[in-house]
Amino acid sequence: MHQFKTSCKREKLREIREFISEVLKDIGFSENEAHKVILAVDEVCANLIIHSNKCNPTECLEIYVEDNKQGVVTFDIVDYGIGFNYNNYKEPNLEEIVRKRKKGGLGIMLVKNIMDSVEFSQENNKNVCRLMKKFHVKK
Amino acid sequence: MINIESKTEEGICELMVGGEVDASSSIHLDNALSEALSDHKKIIVNLTGLEYISSAGLGVFMSYLQQIENESIRLVVFGMKEKVQEVFQILGLDQLLNITDTRASALGIIEDASV
Repeated sequence: MHQFKTSCKREKLREIREFISEVLKDIGFSENEAHKVILAVDEVCANLIIHSNKCNPTECLEIYVEDNKQGVVTFDIVDYGIGFNYNNYKEPNLEEIVRKRKKGGLGIMLVKNIMDSVEFSQENNKNVCRLMKKFHVKK
Repeated sequence: MINIESKTEEGICELMVGGEVDASSSIHLDNALSEALSDHKKIIVNLTGLEYISSAGLGVFMSYLQQIENESIRLVVFGMKEKVQEVFQILGLDQLLNITDTRASALGIIEDASV
């Protein structure tokens, strides 16, 4: 289990990506495969930092990465802000984003495309986003 | 870290965007693109030095597509690394932008369009 704890500041996204990159390298991801997975984790963390925690630097974000050694890596991203209601999430339409000149709304779409599973859960004041990704284990 | 430079030669504005564009740095891309679009009708965006882009950066490009169309602005993006281009491809955004490989080809498209 690899873990990383940081504060809810946008500027921390770079450190988060570096942490995920190191872990994926250890696990044996190719650079290309890792790039998209890093992106997915970055997207979730950016959403949690900006929307759930309003960039409040006193709030923290925890990331746990587990490699099950059978080709599945799990990321648990934990925060204590306003939980994201994934059940109410409606995938935006690209044309609508263009027409309304919106800048947001693409992040979760990317995450869903990249990861094999995306789940959000809440327990008391703790929110957990669990992402899973299958990968090719190097012999 | 994001690096943005711009230069204008013979009526064509070249925006060079390098480094990493994420939710923290996309505001700089937004400002630079907004400025370029308000001053120029022909823009090439050089992404040769771009190592990373997240949805915040994709969103910046998306948010100006309507303006580009409405104001008949020619904007061509070129020089993306494969890993960056793949991010545009995941959601099909590569189909909405004019993307090419090299600077020469970007200039060719810009000039061709002005005929």
